[in-house]
Amino acid sequence: MTVPSGRHPRPVDEIATIVSHDLVNREYRHMTVRGSAALAAGMPGQFYQIACSPARADIPYLRRPFSLYAARPDDAEIEFLYKVTGEGTRSLALMAPGDPMRILGPLGHGYRLAPHWKHVAVVGRGVGLATLHPLVAAAHARGIGVTLIVSARDAALVPPLPTGPDGIEIHVVTDAAGTSDPARVEALLRDLVRQGRCDAFLTCGSARLLRVQQTLAAEYGLDGQVAMEQQMACGLGMCFCCVRDFRGAGGIVHKRVCWDGPVFDLMDAVA
Amino acid sequence: MIDMQVSIGGLRLKNPVMPASGTFAEGLGDVFDLDRLGALVLKTITRAPRTGNPLPRVAEATSGMLNAIGIPSAGARDFLHDHLPHYRRWKAPLVVSISAPTAMAFAELAAMVDVPGIAAIEANISCPNLEADGRAFAMHAAGTERAVRAVRRATRLPLWVKLSPNVGDIAEIARAARDGGADALVVANTVLAMAIDTRTFRPRLGNVMGGLSGPAIKPIVLRQVYQCARAVDLPIIGCGGIATAEDAAEYMLAGATAVQVGTATFVNSRAMIEILEGLERYGAAHDLARIADLTTSGLFPSTVHKDA
Repeated sequence: MTVPSGRHPRPVDEIATIVSHDLVNREYRHMTVRGSAALAAGMPGQFYQIACSPARADIPYLRRPFSLYAARPDDAEIEFLYKVTGEGTRSLALMAPGDPMRILGPLGHGYRLAPHWKHVAVVGRGVGLATLHPLVAAAHARGIGVTLIVSARDAALVPPLPTGPDGIEIHVVTDAAGTSDPARVEALLRDLVRQGRCDAFLTCGSARLLRVQQTLAAEYGLDGQVAMEQQMACGLGMCFCCVRDFRGAGGIVHKRVCWDGPVFDLMDAVA
Repeated sequence: MIDMQVSIGGLRLKNPVMPASGTFAEGLGDVFDLDRLGALVLKTITRAPRTGNPLPRVAEATSGMLNAIGIPSAGARDFLHDHLPHYRRWKAPLVVSISAPTAMAFAELAAMVDVPGIAAIEANISCPNLEADGRAFAMHAAGTERAVRAVRRATRLPLWVKLSPNVGDIAEIARAARDGGADALVVANTVLAMAIDTRTFRPRLGNVMGGLSGPAIKPIVLRQVYQCARAVDLPIIGCGGIATAEDAAEYMLAGATAVQVGTATFVNSRAMIEILEGLERYGAAHDLARIADLTTSGLFPSTVHKDA
């Protein structure tokens, strides 16, 4: 019999199919993939290892990790939002609807929403917002109020945001408008805390904004979680290439981003 | 139904497919039933805890990858108390891989891990990521024999010795391992290599040099398995770029009794299962009664000649 690690949902390695693949702005692409219901059972903050080449051609050789942008288990579909940055994503961008795709997931530990949270601050920058997208939806579905802080280089690079649902307040800050520096974001977050509208910080995509939130979380005794990035090979905790430094009980410890994360306690992260 | 069993120096495995050390952990058990494998070879441990090498630890190559992980290890005590009980959940024979800086330290560690539930010890005398310039015991016959002899005296468990491909005459090293008391040879570890980022002028591995693995090295290591099989009368476990059942069959025809699959699992977590099922089909298609016939029945005639 299979002896699982006790994690849910359990990952599957299968050949899925690209359903849609579109450019959403000058840097980001959105991709929908259809596979099994188990593949589409991913939770916010989890990720998938994707073979970024058509069929079995092994160029590039290694799979690449992509965080979940949206999951619809009933349709057996998952969505990704990514930026073309290197050989893997350049190759992936060439794949078309109808193409088969080898994919492993869902992987890692996602965000965990605490039952006592009434209102959370979700803070993301750049493509880190892709990771936060399903979290906003999950928090909203649980009746948790969300203030979403979106940081980007300019307004044209703000990725598609959750639209519609009441109770989600969105602040867009950009380098171009001069509104994105950490001091201004800190002031914004401090206001939220003072108004009693921030039980936790949930973040991804910026080391500088992570440090701001760590400072505030320590000062006010608030919870927080951060999704971390690291170069990966296997995605299953086997190769030990994706380690990062974290604060542990006895000092700095190495943890595997793919297996121990990618979502970690806010205060454990070393930004 | 083809008989998939193989025998490695007295240890009977239900099939010849197992993970290469350092490329497998409990997470793989979420993807398929690990008890389908012939054996489970664990990641190399050292006696004292090690943090491993600086990042980046992996770089992509054409049809393969470079790694300089550097054996992060919780140490032998943590391994025995925390990690090993975990792996006892599976019934497949457990093979513990060990590494140490001296022959005496190798012997001490071997004695420590000689505990109930361990089916064999794999002496990793060939990791290229521990010493400067990739130096390792397995690069010299005398060092190989000394380390193997020390481990042999410390344990009665079956002793597998993992050789280095970074040598001029691997047959000489194979004979040294045999003379030291090895029960089987694992051929081979990764190929010492490096890569430079021409944009940043920086090495693409934190350790500068590392080990190349994956399909890129398969023809090299296949040749070395063939050379070792001609040199010594020990079972050989082929390890180098195996990604498909055909690769595994090729290694067995060259003289390997079993195979280890490593890097392939990183790019296809089900690689070992696909290789196992593919080998069964391959054997049936060629009317083999036993998969071991690939190795022993002279289908590839040169392997039966021993030159020493």
